[in-house]
Parts: sequence; structure tokens; C-alpha cells
Amino acid sequence: MTDGLAGPVGDAVVGAAGIAVGAGAPALVEVRDLEKRFPLRRGPLQRETGAVRAVDGISFDVREGETLGLVGESGCGKSTTARLVTRLLEPTAGTIRYRGEDITHRSRRELMALRRDMQMIFQDPYSSLNPRQTAGSIIGEPFVIHGIERDETRRRARVRGLMEQVGLNPEHYNRLPHEFSGGQRQRIGVARAIALKPRLVIADEPVSALDVSIQAQIINLLSDLQRELGLTILFIAHDLSVVRHMCDRVAVMYLGKIVEVASAEQLFAHPRHPYTGALLSAVPVPDPQLAKLRRRQVLGGDVPSPTAPPAACRFHPRCPKAQPICSREEPALEVKEGGNIAACHFPLTIEEVAGRLPVRPG
Amino acid sequence: MALLEVSGLTVSFDTEDGVVQAVDDVSYTVDAGCALGIVGESGSGKSVSSLSVMGLTRFAGNARISGEVRFDGHDLLAAGDEELRRLRGNEIAMIFQDPLSSLHPFFRVGDQLVEAVRAHRDVSRARALDRAVEMLGLVGIPEPRRCASCYPHEFSGGMRQRVMIAMGLINEPKLLIADEPTTALDVTVQAQILELLARLQRELDTAIVLITHDLGVVAEVTDDVAVMYAGRIVEQAPTERLFARPQHPYTWGLLQSIPRVDHRRDEPLVPIPGRPPSLILRPSGCAFHPRCPYVQEHHKRIVPPLEPLAGDPAHSVACLLAEEQRRELWSRLRAGATPDEARAAVGVPGQGAPVLREGLEAG
Repeated sequence: MTDGLAGPVGDAVVGAAGIAVGAGAPALVEVRDLEKRFPLRRGPLQRETGAVRAVDGISFDVREGETLGLVGESGCGKSTTARLVTRLLEPTAGTIRYRGEDITHRSRRELMALRRDMQMIFQDPYSSLNPRQTAGSIIGEPFVIHGIERDETRRRARVRGLMEQVGLNPEHYNRLPHEFSGGQRQRIGVARAIALKPRLVIADEPVSALDVSIQAQIINLLSDLQRELGLTILFIAHDLSVVRHMCDRVAVMYLGKIVEVASAEQLFAHPRHPYTGALLSAVPVPDPQLAKLRRRQVLGGDVPSPTAPPAACRFHPRCPKAQPICSREEPALEVKEGGNIAACHFPLTIEEVAGRLPVRPG
Repeated sequence: MALLEVSGLTVSFDTEDGVVQAVDDVSYTVDAGCALGIVGESGSGKSVSSLSVMGLTRFAGNARISGEVRFDGHDLLAAGDEELRRLRGNEIAMIFQDPLSSLHPFFRVGDQLVEAVRAHRDVSRARALDRAVEMLGLVGIPEPRRCASCYPHEFSGGMRQRVMIAMGLINEPKLLIADEPTTALDVTVQAQILELLARLQRELDTAIVLITHDLGVVAEVTDDVAVMYAGRIVEQAPTERLFARPQHPYTWGLLQSIPRVDHRRDEPLVPIPGRPPSLILRPSGCAFHPRCPYVQEHHKRIVPPLEPLAGDPAHSVACLLAEEQRRELWSRLRAGATPDEARAAVGVPGQGAPVLREGLEAG
């Protein structure tokens, strides 16, 4: 399926196979050189004066049956990527293939069938549900839109089954969203997403709006459903602890670019890109002794604006390892020691990583 | 002597739906140069308790406050408006979670900082501005002189939060109350802010009350920690001991339900069943009993007092299980047992775990 477009990233991604997913798992989604620019307009004539380069040429595969984590800080382009893959946004350049077929420029009508296969779960269970619709009709809406289960009684039965499956009380069919707690609302969102038995679920920060004790319920629900339904998940999150728990492989984004891709095991134990290293070293760990042992890598400054990203390696102004070449030549995304794919001229060595990561030595 | 001493603080609000018992008999102390973490979920009363310390709930017409709050010799609950105004922003400062709504959008950042200085010090505008620029530099704002003449909307979220912190600290308060100061921030910015707080605590001997839901942040920053549930403190201990020997089933639940970056992927999360209770219809007895896997019949009637452990007077817990039982339960949970298995092994007579599905619970 990857014939003809297995560029360096395609091959390398296979090389860095996760442990839970076999190296041979075929790609369900292949993204190549994807770009999205949002033009900035000024003045009475709304002349284009520049652009936010939200996603700036990224390539990755999502393999059948895996959970791929897409992580990064606000403004790195991870949510834009999710919306591009689902074609909720029109890409500026690049290609998206789904099961081998190019879907980059499909029309709305042609996308209908695709949308049965590809569903989204959103971050905010308050604004992603229509406040005037009952839980039952929210969950049943995909059936109506796609003309499946036209028979009212059978549709209701399907919806009740779905409610049961995600841990909602089917008797609450006629309740409105405000009558549910945050965790329950997120369950409604999950039920709606799995209603049509999709192959791919794109979850954009699905647990970050929830209370700690409720987060675990939703995380476990997603893991269970993935096992039961054989879902492939593109999991977008900024919380690295959640990503550690959920994902087989992880791609790290910084300012519209992917800077590192590796199996979760490898990425969390041996990050190669200095930005990944800094991210991991910044995660607070609920273990006071470990917190004391760890030498934190604190980055200076702020993330630069995506309207005028730094030249060459975008991380160079904040990078503790930057050399003159880093501001002249953009590093290619290539395989580094340990199988990580990273875009860096001076990847982190094991010695540099030691003592900085939130893991107990030995 | 403790810098801040809160004893028996109780706050309730009369609302159309009934009386909201937001804070119920909360006591803690914070020494100079120490950091106390107050942990809890939404609705646990963690924010209201500190707003009341600052005297910020007293003018809510429907609030009823009792108890005692002593700060450096002042009785804050009895203090007059004038006295409070002198203390707030000067000796006690507060940082809120949402920096955009705490900064005035029409005024330049520098002017807002100048006002904070001149409200408490008789200095010239120019001197106050110098101080503002110095503080902006201290919290890591690049080009502080230029940034002082910017408006809040020109800053990123992290920069605004740093401005808030600069404002909180500009008069070198003895006590800083920080309510989820890093929750809206990215993890690398969070690391910068936490580092800054730790430095202030070290260098200026500032006492910090840090309100958060994030046990990771607590572990990194605080010396002591109080866990709140449904308006009460259910466990209180020096931070290292709370994490090493947690006593309350709710604390266990929190520790076992969070995914951790230092754990392997296959370590299961054990969610706390149900959801936090309403503060209007608080469960009888131990408020955690409807969600507790180890609940006994009498736990539903008796409110457990917060009492020190026999062997460790600095560590208190409000739980009706015997200390012995708790020790054994936690050692089994930590070894990977499910709450049900632990209960069976330790021989706590049980009613089985409460229904795991939130949706199947009443309400």
C-alpha cells in the first residue's frame, strides 16, 4: 500500500515499530508533506500580509490497530493536523491517503462514506454536544445522517446498546446534556463516535477537561473499546502522562513540524530530540523523592510565533545544544540511534538524558 | 510560630437550591518559607477556603463564614476593610488560574504593576516603574522595559501568567496564595513557573499555599499537603510521607487513577467510581462513603474526625477504618491488587465495590 510513497519517513516509521503493534501492520492513514497556512489579512482591502504556518510539511503514518499519539504544546499544530486528516479543514499542500486512496481533495459528497469510517472525539464535552438535543438523539444522529437504521424502534435499541457499552444508563435516553456530569458527557461523545463502527477514531484531548478521578474512567473506556472494536486511534494530547498510558507510538510536534517519532517505549526512555527531552523533563511526577533526584531541563523563552518561525531548525533559539549549523540548515527527519526518528543535527546522547527524565534510575 | 494559622474555617453559601457547605471545619498552618499544597477536585472547597483566607468571600451577601484565620498577628476574619486592604497585595498576595480575566485589558502591563506598588508604597511613578521592570525581568519576561508598555492581549498565556506572578510578588509578600497557577499553561512553561516559585520561596522566604488538582505539581513544589474532599480535609501530612504512606481511600484512589509518565504502559489505572458529591446534599457520615470500596455500615452515619496517626503526629487522616487495616490495604493495592482483592485479603467485610458506571448511579 505504501508503494511509491514510502519516503524516508515511511520506511523509517516501519523501522521504529512499536512493541504492541507488529512492524508489518499496514498504514491506515498516510500523511505526506501536509501543510496548512491560515492567511493573515489586513487593511480595508483585506490584503494578505502573511500567514500562520500552523502545519508546515509533516509526514506520518497511522497504522492499522495502533494508537498513535500526537503531542506538543499549544500552537504546535496538533489539533490542526487532526482537522486536516478528517478533512474538516482544507489542506494547503500535501497528500492524505486513507486505506491507500488519496482523499486530499475529495468533495463533501464523496467524503460522506469516509466519515462513517473516521470519527472524532472532542476535548470539551460541554461545547461539542447540542444542549437542546437529548442524549439519545445525539448518539443516534450518525445513523440518521447516514441513513442507517431508518426504523425508529431499531435505532432506539441500537442507541440504548451504545449507551450501555460506554457505561451510561440507557434510561437516561431522554435527558439533556446539562443533566449529565462532565465525564458522562464525554461518554456521550464517545458513544456518538463509535456508533457507526468506525475504523479510525481521532481523539483531540479527550480527557483534559475532566476531573482527575474521572479521567481514568474515560481512559479505561477508550482502551476497552479499542480492544473490543479493533479501533485505530490518533490520540492528540498535551499531557505526556496520558500519552504514555494510551499510545503505541508517539509523534512530537513543535511549531508546525514533527521533530521526533518513536515507539512510546523508546521515546519515553531515550528521547533523541532536545525538545522531546525538555518536554519529558518538565513533566511533574507524583513522587517527591524522584522529583528531588531529577535535574530538570528548563527551557528559556517562549515558543516563537508561527507567523515568523525561526530559520532552519525551529527549535534552535531555545535549544541547549544549538550550534551555528542549526540556524543555517534544517535537519532532516531521519533514524537515530535506538530507532527513533528525529530531526536534529545533534541528537541527545544517553549520558545527556540520564538523570533528567522522570524515571527511576536502574 | 506559624505565619498563617487557619482553624475551624467553615464557609457556606445560601443559594436558591439550598445551603452549599463549601468549606467545613478546615484547619491548617503554614510557616514562613514553607509551601503547603491543597489538593482536591472541582467542588472540593479548595479554592473557597483560600478565597476566605483573603477575605474575598465576605462580601458575597449569601456567605456565612466562621472559624479563625490568623496571619502574622492579625485576625483576618475580624479585620476591617482598611486593614485587609493594607495586607492584600502587600503582605498577602494571590495568583489566580486565569490570567486574562485577572489583568485589566485597557491598561498597559507596566501601569498595572505600578499601581500595585503605589497602592502600598509612597514612591514616585518612575521608581515604581523601575521596580515593575525589575520584577518582569525576574519572572523571565524578555525585554522587560519594552514589555511594560504592552497591553495584556499582546502576551501569550504563559507571559500573562508570569505578569500575574510578578504583580503578586512585587511587594515581596510574606504569603503567596496560588490557585492552580500553572493549570492553563504548557508543560515547559509550567516548569519555568514552578522553578520560579521555588526560587522565591528559597530566596525571599515567602510562604506559599498552592491550590491544585495535580499531584505531580504537589510532589515537585510543596513541603506539606492537605487533601480535600467535599469541603473537608481528609488527609494531611508532610508531602513525602503522604506519597510514601497515604492513609485515606480517597488519596489512594487519586494516586492510582492518574496515568504516570514514569510508569510502564501496562500498569492499569484504577478509577474512583462515581463522581464528586454535591455540596448541597452531602452524603451522610464519611462524605466519601458512596465511592469507597471499603465502606462499612457505620461509615454512613459517623463523620470521621481528622486525627493524627499513632506513630506519626504530623500525619492526620479522617477515616473510620483501623490504622492496621489501612496499612495492609494500601500495601496490597500498591502491589497491584484491585480494591476488591485487597478488601477480601485484608478481611474488611464488604458490600462489594460500588457500581463503576457513573451513569448507573442516582442523579
